[in-house]
Amino acid sequence: MNAIEIENLTVWFGAGPDRAEAVRGAALSIPRGASFGLVGESGSGKSTILRAIAGLIPTWSGRIAVEGESLQGARRDRAFHRAVQMVFQDPYASLHPRHTVDRMLSEVLWLHGFRDIDARIERLLSDVGLGRGFRFRYPHQLSGGQRQRVAIARALAPEPRILLLDEPTSALDVSVQAEILNLLSDLRAERGLTYLMVSHDLGVVGHLCQTTAVMRTGEIVEILDVETMRRLQPRHPYTRQLLEASIGLNLGARGAPAPAV
Amino acid sequence: MSEPHLLDVENLWVRFPTRTGVFEAVRGISFSLGRERLGIVGESGSGKSMTGRAVLRLIRRPGTISADRMLMKGEDILRVSERRMRALRGGRAAMIMQDPKFSLNPVMTVGEQIAEALRAHAPIGRKAARMRALEMLDEVAIRDPERVYDLYPHEISGGMGQRAMIAMMLAPGPEILIADEPTSALDVSVRLQVLQIMDKLVSGRGMGLIFISHDLNLVARFCDRILIMYAGRIVEVCEGGKLHEARHPYTIGLLNSAPDLLRPRPRLAVLERDPAWREAPSVSALL
Repeated sequence: MNAIEIENLTVWFGAGPDRAEAVRGAALSIPRGASFGLVGESGSGKSTILRAIAGLIPTWSGRIAVEGESLQGARRDRAFHRAVQMVFQDPYASLHPRHTVDRMLSEVLWLHGFRDIDARIERLLSDVGLGRGFRFRYPHQLSGGQRQRVAIARALAPEPRILLLDEPTSALDVSVQAEILNLLSDLRAERGLTYLMVSHDLGVVGHLCQTTAVMRTGEIVEILDVETMRRLQPRHPYTRQLLEASIGLNLGARGAPAPAV
Repeated sequence: MSEPHLLDVENLWVRFPTRTGVFEAVRGISFSLGRERLGIVGESGSGKSMTGRAVLRLIRRPGTISADRMLMKGEDILRVSERRMRALRGGRAAMIMQDPKFSLNPVMTVGEQIAEALRAHAPIGRKAARMRALEMLDEVAIRDPERVYDLYPHEISGGMGQRAMIAMMLAPGPEILIADEPTSALDVSVRLQVLQIMDKLVSGRGMGLIFISHDLNLVARFCDRILIMYAGRIVEVCEGGKLHEARHPYTIGLLNSAPDLLRPRPRLAVLERDPAWREAPSVSALL
């Protein structure tokens, strides 16, 4: 059974003459335990797909199924939230500024019916590489990377099987991005998680995902595996264009190999 | 005597008083800018943007700038009046910010803004300013300048906005352009185009460019000389094409921590920060 299956998904905003379709006829399926990327430029609809799955957008048609269960509208039951969690782009905006790390995590744990909260918070913090010292801090007392670790800990709290990652590292410095990407790889390996990650950075997608869908103006133009992308053999001209743009930017360093440590 | 450098900055400090003491954003750096493309690279908080702003005396109070010397073509910009500084800003040295959405005036058409920039620095009439603005839009590869002239910033894309910004900044004919993350808010596919346009105009006019970015590879591609900043100091100066000869562990760490589609690695290198990097004296980048 696939972790996520999407068929003929159309997502729109507004009604009547103001109706704008952000996603049109998208289809993809993600096997359990896989890591799937969604790439495209701003406005291509990649985040919209994620938000429709998460139940943040009511106006969609088509079929979205998570672990075989078809979803309706924007209503999601507790079992869904237990299975599927989301990590947002900007850890400066996604954490409550007046809640401590402890409070953020215990709230989620309590909502999902866990009662051994104390022990679980300790474990979650250590799982994401934060020590106990961080437990009673407020977001403003954390760096960007530490905040994103807290956001990941919060997403992991209900012991989900699927993580929706919306540009999880694009607000971070490159050295911090490396730490978070390594953490996400480790967590997936340890827990057999399924990832659906949105990113505009082909390097990040290539690092974390095996398969990726390329979107343009609301449509998926191609689904290809990362190996094909790496060999620069996409079928669709738009994918090629995207690849060339992204590789072209790095040519300066590519002329010579990066130094080894 | 040869022409003075566009910029000579010695022992520049930028400080901000806070409740818990003075925060030093830039800690005693020295550099020159000739008619070259100079990259300043570092992570957030390294002081790279503050360096760019300090050169135009754009540090807001209570922040302070101090330096042993800060010369713009031989003119001591630490001591000139605010009035003179206003003429230098935009006139001799212009700045392009990261996001055109926030740096263009939302209630004025793109063309009018460019014309206004021209009129602020040269005694020309409205008609001539309009003509010149249209030429500038054409120079930044905007296909239909007449149409774009009358559009408002929200009606154009990010890439077009940034090109309009470049047109506006270059219109008064400055000799120095400071570009602070000029393409970070843009999609990859337009990034390259915007950079090429900027590069062509800057080189074609023999200007000096300070290119501030967090992206080492990008800077390496577009710059002749690169300063790598860490904790308010310059830790290394590299030639653009010779980034692979970088010695400082911080520079090497930055290069290795970026995921690369064509050269996959099972794990990304994690940068181990050595406290000694903070304390090591700043490397001079004077010419």
